[in-house]
Amino acid sequence: MSSQEIPEENLPAEQGTAHTAVGVADDPFADPGLPAHKPRIQDIDERAAKRSERTVALLFVLSMVATVGFIASYVIFPVDKIVYIWPFGHVSALNFSLGLTLGVALFTIGAGAVHWARTLMSDVEVADDRHAIAAEPEVKAKVLADFAAGAEESALGRRKLIRNTMFGALALVPLSGVVLLRDLGPLPEKKLRNTLWAKGKQLINMNTMEPLRPEDVAVGSLTFAMPEGLEEDAHDFQTQIAKAALMIIRIQPENIKDKREREWAHEGIVAFSKICTHVGCPISLYEQQTHHVLCPCHQSTFDLSDGARVIFGPAGHALPQLRIGVNAEGNLEALGDFEEPVGPAFWERG
Amino acid sequence: MKKLSARRRHPLAAVVVLLLALAATGGLYAAFAPASKAQADDTAQSLAIDEGKKLYSVGCASCHGTGGQGTTDGPSLVGVGSAAVDFQVGTGRMPAQQPGAQVPKKKVIYTQAEIDQLAAYVASLGAGPIVPTKDQVSPDGADIAKGGELFRTNCAQCHNFTGEGGALTKGKYAPSLEDVDPKHVYEAMQTGPQNMPSFPDTTMPEQQKRDIIAYIKTVNSAESETPGGLKLGGLGPVSEGLFAWIFGLGALIAVAVWVAAHTAKAKKS
Amino acid sequence: MSTATTNTSGAAAPGNRKAPAGERVADWADGRLGIYSLAKANMRKIFPDHWSFMLGEIALYSFIIIILTGVYLTLFFHPSMNEVVYHGSYEPMQGIRMSEAYASTLDISFDVRGGLLVRQIHHWAALIFLAGMFVHMMRVFFTGAFRKPREINWLFGFLLFVLGMFTGFTGYSLPDDLLSGTGVRFTQGAILSMPIVGTYISMFLFGGEFPGGDFVARFYSIHILLLPGIMLGLLVAHLILVFYHKHTQFAGPGRTNKNVVGMPLLPVYMAKAGGFFFLVFGVIAVIAAIASINPIWAIGPYRPDQVSTGAQPDWYMGFAEGLIRVMPGWEINLWGHTLVLGVFIPLMAFGLVLAIIAVYPFVESWVTGDKREHHILDRPRNAPTRTAFGVAWITEYVIVFIGGGNDLWATHFHLSLNAISWFVRIFIFVGPVVAFIVTKRICLGLQRRDKEKVLHGRESGIIKRLPHGEFVEIHEPLGPEQLHTLTAHEQYKPVEIGPTVDENGVERKVPAMQKLRAKLSKGYFGEHNQIEKPTVEEYKEITSGHGHH
Repeated sequence: MSSQEIPEENLPAEQGTAHTAVGVADDPFADPGLPAHKPRIQDIDERAAKRSERTVALLFVLSMVATVGFIASYVIFPVDKIVYIWPFGHVSALNFSLGLTLGVALFTIGAGAVHWARTLMSDVEVADDRHAIAAEPEVKAKVLADFAAGAEESALGRRKLIRNTMFGALALVPLSGVVLLRDLGPLPEKKLRNTLWAKGKQLINMNTMEPLRPEDVAVGSLTFAMPEGLEEDAHDFQTQIAKAALMIIRIQPENIKDKREREWAHEGIVAFSKICTHVGCPISLYEQQTHHVLCPCHQSTFDLSDGARVIFGPAGHALPQLRIGVNAEGNLEALGDFEEPVGPAFWERG
Repeated sequence: MKKLSARRRHPLAAVVVLLLALAATGGLYAAFAPASKAQADDTAQSLAIDEGKKLYSVGCASCHGTGGQGTTDGPSLVGVGSAAVDFQVGTGRMPAQQPGAQVPKKKVIYTQAEIDQLAAYVASLGAGPIVPTKDQVSPDGADIAKGGELFRTNCAQCHNFTGEGGALTKGKYAPSLEDVDPKHVYEAMQTGPQNMPSFPDTTMPEQQKRDIIAYIKTVNSAESETPGGLKLGGLGPVSEGLFAWIFGLGALIAVAVWVAAHTAKAKKS
Repeated sequence: MSTATTNTSGAAAPGNRKAPAGERVADWADGRLGIYSLAKANMRKIFPDHWSFMLGEIALYSFIIIILTGVYLTLFFHPSMNEVVYHGSYEPMQGIRMSEAYASTLDISFDVRGGLLVRQIHHWAALIFLAGMFVHMMRVFFTGAFRKPREINWLFGFLLFVLGMFTGFTGYSLPDDLLSGTGVRFTQGAILSMPIVGTYISMFLFGGEFPGGDFVARFYSIHILLLPGIMLGLLVAHLILVFYHKHTQFAGPGRTNKNVVGMPLLPVYMAKAGGFFFLVFGVIAVIAAIASINPIWAIGPYRPDQVSTGAQPDWYMGFAEGLIRVMPGWEINLWGHTLVLGVFIPLMAFGLVLAIIAVYPFVESWVTGDKREHHILDRPRNAPTRTAFGVAWITEYVIVFIGGGNDLWATHFHLSLNAISWFVRIFIFVGPVVAFIVTKRICLGLQRRDKEKVLHGRESGIIKRLPHGEFVEIHEPLGPEQLHTLTAHEQYKPVEIGPTVDENGVERKVPAMQKLRAKLSKGYFGEHNQIEKPTVEEYKEITSGHGHH
């Protein structure tokens, strides 16, 4: 990477070795060497050592008791037993007792081992020499010579035909794996552009599963709707509702600022896609006084009285509106599909 | 630069820095806090009288107009119904004290009898949702699971999975539903207080409201079960992450310090 | 050791000395595996004692715990998105439609005895695993342990962290609950934002349109096989290199670049490190006993038309979440195509910020031009520019992180959501700069203090009154050990480009990269960017003359 090597002498003296050559008398900063080992109480007092031994043993015994407790808890407490334990609340007796006993059983083993190591095993610090990671020049020369000999014997350099065809074969063979991935899913085609909504489909209230009527929808209320004919037990319900979910609100027509929104509404009842145009969260934190709707995931905010345009946050375009009207039975119905794709933007969206 | 770094080592420097930091934090807080704290106001209590209209003209008329027609300071109360009065006054939100992003819940200053009188007066101004009966809000026999599903469709987007509350735009918020009187939950759904949309009986029948109330009571009250232990505010991964860092990693680092520390040496004798 | 074994089994072999059983087993294994040669190099391997050297072990052990508990969970979990109607023991879900994945997670939580505990241990351990890797990585960064010969191991560690994030993400998506489903939806939306290939990748990953019926099964094999498999390989390589390079150590008496001082693996570190595994497991088990995590029963099954406020990912993805939340909604429509910058830029920024920290060691070694091995750690103050850069990086991370939880800060500190987003939008740029400057100043201040301590000794707290009434504090000179420790660090000199005009007055062309390096080098080691450490002459002059107070 560097165009110019920095000469070694420009670099500072190596750490820790800089002063060792000089005596301490000449160099006050010289390395005085490893300090002499100081004994612990346990090293000189056998009673203290015994105390440590007993502590370690006690910890190990405690672990055994806790394991017995774990098995006992498993047998004693029914899986659905709830008990009140301050300050944790109404918790599962089984989860609480199993977790605590397991925790104690494990922790005491660890604490015992560490206490043993800290108080009874030797604490004399030992210095171990390091050796350079890089090989000596002779080793390097030997390896390079071996490699050259091997390469020469393989004749890879001379027989170009073998070399080139081999590289070709090796380059092609992984393609089989790539090809096999093709059936992971279908091609996008126009799938993201259409929803289940179509002309004449009634708006079904997702609470009651009945068709919505204009007189049901009060100003300031919020209702969610899905297209007629979509059943919750349908195999593709999740995929369909992910695009078709609708939120229905009613605004006094004179408060609707956007002309197209007013036209596509029915007496102030407007139907917007519930799927955020940012990354697709169901957006529905509707503030009925400001007519703003906020996405709970990334806080994109849309003004539902002004064509659902974005007024804050990371969404890039307005929520699509569904054009609605009233059918012969007096129920709300769609007057077609959304005119633009719902949900997050994508490359082919245009 | 040199001077500054020399002074930085003054013993009081840390105190000065701390004070500056505190002042800056406070300033930022004051700058960003959208609503001011309401002060306790008990003047209205001493003026309590037993007639709704009299109560109204004293406690409410200054903002909502002498006949409930509304002013620039408060919306018209014609047609809001007794349920709205019972909710707003019964949770202490009304009378409001100061303008802000949102009128908060506070200490209730009217007795239930007075609230009923006020509600009767406001209801007489124009028909609206009425205060539900005990049976209407009773969670007994309601379908908790159905209530949960309705809650996730209609309520969780603002109030969180289990009704812990959440943020709205510009300092507004959806309040926590923990231990809220079922009657008030019902009235809120009916009337849509402040920025909350309403969920009228035409789109969400009475039975479904009871299901929702039953669900809230199951998952977010003092008796709610949290089998796994501390519910950490019921806020999901943020509080879990904080807990994992502070108590999980914190405890483990404390243990690591103990494991790696040198054992105390014997005193020289 | 062998004498101890002989003593215990000696009674069995009174006559001809027969090797004890343990030795015979070892001989058998040595004949096939060569274990004696292996043990010769490693059995008494030295590990230095420092608490910060155990942070990586927290990550290592939580990873083992995750694997153990994960295997248990696979025994009960059904990675299927087939819809079922729930009739298990959790009352508030009776009769609700949900995927088999969600239903089986409810069963693990409510019907399998201890299942809830294992789930909670698994999830808590995952959070702690990533937190452990994060602090371990920061320890390595701030002490300069990534320098030669450890750059490759730094990259291995970095990859482990990134893979850990994605393993965690695929894991919490598996129960198919409303929160994780929302996270998957976000991922799908982010994939869609990729120019040209976005829709194709989305269709291929989800087997069609979102959510489809495939992603749980696919994420499952990624979560339990593909990613952990790669991670296990990287982890083994990481550990082999730790053994091979031998551990770094802080400067101190007797500690040089050519040795490593500490305790031997057998027995001390066998007990300490082995014991630490049990300690980590014990702490996590207790946490799982007392604190619930991801209570999916309260969250509900996933439906793409339902959502909850406060929808956040697990902490390690909070950084990505923050980036996406504070980004303005830029979208460019041209020639029938849409460039979704509002999502795509955060996606790129996510990779970029992570990549910056990954390549840092190579940048630094290019600037210093140092090709020697470094086994003595830097104290962060002695590498002010590196430390400041690291703190700036963390600041960036934390600020974006705050953006990821803006809704919760808003409700809990009574702030406006929009104000927090704006705060983050501004401080995402300002914060790191401020942090860099402040940190560097603090480091230099600490260097000055060290220098003063070396030259004038330590403040003793004893006040002396001089004959003419002046009060002075007595300074005690440092001992040789401290003097050495505080002066052991190396200080580079900035690289010079040299004259740009040669002796004949002809202008010499200096490559741009070389100029950049000289500039960076000056920023690292120039006049005001490090405090020259005390020299022996300075020390002698001050200590010899008129005494010292």
